[in-house]
Amino acid sequence: MDQKDLKAIIEQVLSEMHITGDTAKAATAAVQEACTSGTCSQIEEGCIPDVTEVDIRTQYLVKNPEHGEEYAELKAHAPCRLGIGKAGARYKTTPQLQFRAAHSAAQDAVFNDVDHDFVEKEMGLFIVQTQCDSKDVYLTRPDLGRKLSPEAVQTLKERCKKSPTVQIYVADGLSSAAVAANIPDLLPALLQGLQSYKIDVGTPFFVKYGRVGVMDEISELLDAEVTCTLIGERPGLITAESMSAYIAYRATVGMPEARRTVLSNIHRNGTIPSEAGAHIAEIIKIMLEKKASGTDLKL
Amino acid sequence: MMQEIVRSVGIDIGTSTTQLVFSRLVVENLAGNYAVPRISIVEKEVIYRSKIYFTPLRSPTEIDTEKVKEIVRGEYAAAGIRPEDLQTGAVIITGDTARKQNANQVLEALSDMAGDFVVATAGPDLESVLSARGAGADVISEEHRTTVANIDIGGGTSNIALYEKGTLRGVSCLDIGGRLIKVEQGRISWIFPKIHALAQKHGIALEVGDPAKEQTLYELCTIMAGHLAQALGLLPKDGDHVGLYTNDGSPIPTEPAVRGVTFSGGVADCVYDPEPGDVFRYGDIGVLLGRAIRNHAAFQTVELFRAAETIRATVVGAGTHTTEVSGSTITYEKDRLPIKNIPILRVSEDDEAHLDTLSASIRTQMAMYRPEGVTEQVAIALSGAGRTSFQAVQQLADAILDGGREVVDSSHPLIVVVENDIGKVLGNAMKVKLEHKKDVICIDGIRTRSGDYIDIGAPIAGGHVVPVVIKTLIFNS
Repeated sequence: MDQKDLKAIIEQVLSEMHITGDTAKAATAAVQEACTSGTCSQIEEGCIPDVTEVDIRTQYLVKNPEHGEEYAELKAHAPCRLGIGKAGARYKTTPQLQFRAAHSAAQDAVFNDVDHDFVEKEMGLFIVQTQCDSKDVYLTRPDLGRKLSPEAVQTLKERCKKSPTVQIYVADGLSSAAVAANIPDLLPALLQGLQSYKIDVGTPFFVKYGRVGVMDEISELLDAEVTCTLIGERPGLITAESMSAYIAYRATVGMPEARRTVLSNIHRNGTIPSEAGAHIAEIIKIMLEKKASGTDLKL
Repeated sequence: MMQEIVRSVGIDIGTSTTQLVFSRLVVENLAGNYAVPRISIVEKEVIYRSKIYFTPLRSPTEIDTEKVKEIVRGEYAAAGIRPEDLQTGAVIITGDTARKQNANQVLEALSDMAGDFVVATAGPDLESVLSARGAGADVISEEHRTTVANIDIGGGTSNIALYEKGTLRGVSCLDIGGRLIKVEQGRISWIFPKIHALAQKHGIALEVGDPAKEQTLYELCTIMAGHLAQALGLLPKDGDHVGLYTNDGSPIPTEPAVRGVTFSGGVADCVYDPEPGDVFRYGDIGVLLGRAIRNHAAFQTVELFRAAETIRATVVGAGTHTTEVSGSTITYEKDRLPIKNIPILRVSEDDEAHLDTLSASIRTQMAMYRPEGVTEQVAIALSGAGRTSFQAVQQLADAILDGGREVVDSSHPLIVVVENDIGKVLGNAMKVKLEHKKDVICIDGIRTRSGDYIDIGAPIAGGHVVPVVIKTLIFNS
């Protein structure tokens, strides 16, 4: 990387941090000076290994184990943070960094917004919002995340097909990363699955700041027989990209939670999104046949 | 947790004995309530063992079909099981019996009478695997963290399967068995040609009609035992060794080295628990062969494990280990199942790398399944590795439909068998692309090889999975 590239990157970072004008100039000047004074020539080639690239199923760090091979084989079954050794009373550096990286990814998934361009242009979904007007409100007022804003009600009335057999929509829930990672495979596979069963589908859309419960209002508003929301799960330390499908037959506001059928753990290391989409289509087919969902429906 | 019991039959028509077992397989969904189902066979138990019959023959080259049927009918009645109580199972013709002229017809006759979804199956590789699993060599190798070879020594052949920590590492089959020399009224009444030649090579004079001398025959049995040791790599292979493999087969790999051994088959009891008495009491050299193996120096170098089953290992294997279940998210047309004896058209891993070679591979191989200008039913099999995104699955569906145009145009359903968990989405894609005008069966979680055959049973476990048997139908010549 040469000096020009470096400068460009710093300028970009600064502008993203909203540092402009004199401060920015001063900062770039300082970098320039640092570079010309010779420190730049010591920039090393190569990269630091990405701690998140390690598959923790295969990571076994205990020194001089009694039954290392057996332990490692057991570990291969689940991505758990076990058998990672220790340095004195503490974690070793790598597991410590991995833990922090996973925690950061989880935080990012919750606090970041889904990219609007991605939703509208790539997925072709229009966006409506709940009564939350910011992430802070969304996280602190779960009740508002279950109600559509008046504009949203208006938009859905105008743009959605009325009384569809199945209404599908996507919501960010607690992981924007899950939407970006799974919807490109999950949604088309689900739609194709329904098509293969010749089941009529309403107009799909995206709900920003949406919690699971908003599906009840949507179901009533659009008079859908089955409503299905694909929603980002609360991230854990194993993956921040996990998605769930909540599906209900004739959902109504105030109905018991037990009436929802759930399929969770949809991500590339869980149930792969395309196969999950095909499976959800079958659940919906059975739901339509049995006219029931949740604990009333035996799958 | 929801459990379902699947009843299975295993019938083994071997060189010397015919046996039958009934077993129950417990199928259970191991996934939680909020996950995609993951249905597996969690328990296998033999619930009925038949008597052990001598295999009825009409002549040295022909099996007595009627008598075999009688045995089977009698045992079904004794066990109180009707064919319609069974969901799966296998009839297997093993060892020298598979060389009989009417082996194929016997299989067909039996599989039709034994139950709706009882499949006919044969072939020495499969036999090696089934007997080793019946003997428990796979489990022993896993529990003891070692490599265990099972040698199933029957009347006509010895089937070897090598397991390393529970994983199959190799199979082979030799023409060494307890009934390759028969003894009647103190005289040799029959000698298998290969064994005759082997004896001659070692300067042992043996002819039909000679008095059966224990000393001479024990000497020959020691040479045969030596070849079993060679087959396991416990001794260097000599010049005669290669000729002893059934169907010009090949030995098991030299790596990993064999560290433990189990024995099954009729001769196994003579290895584990030699009993005093007339060595020719079974009218053959089985007792002497067992003793020769037990005493052979080469076998002292490896650990001897006790097999879970000896003489019944193959039939228990056939009854409990032939059936697997498909992945739990699949596509099928219920009315089209069960289907039996469908040849596998396997796309190689290399051909699978690109969509155009994938199509071409299916198209060229189709020619083999057009015996008299009429397209046969085939199952197109591939790994599907790496093709998991929706887009990739669509392209894969197009490539399969393109290459398999002939199947699409025929009256047969389109059957696709993939290893990777994409059976349902791929099935949906093909159905939609074919505008619902064609029955599509697309199952996953099943590994196949070129030359295999597949049977797909009627759905079980709430329709989530189908029982599947992968087999070979190659008869020994």
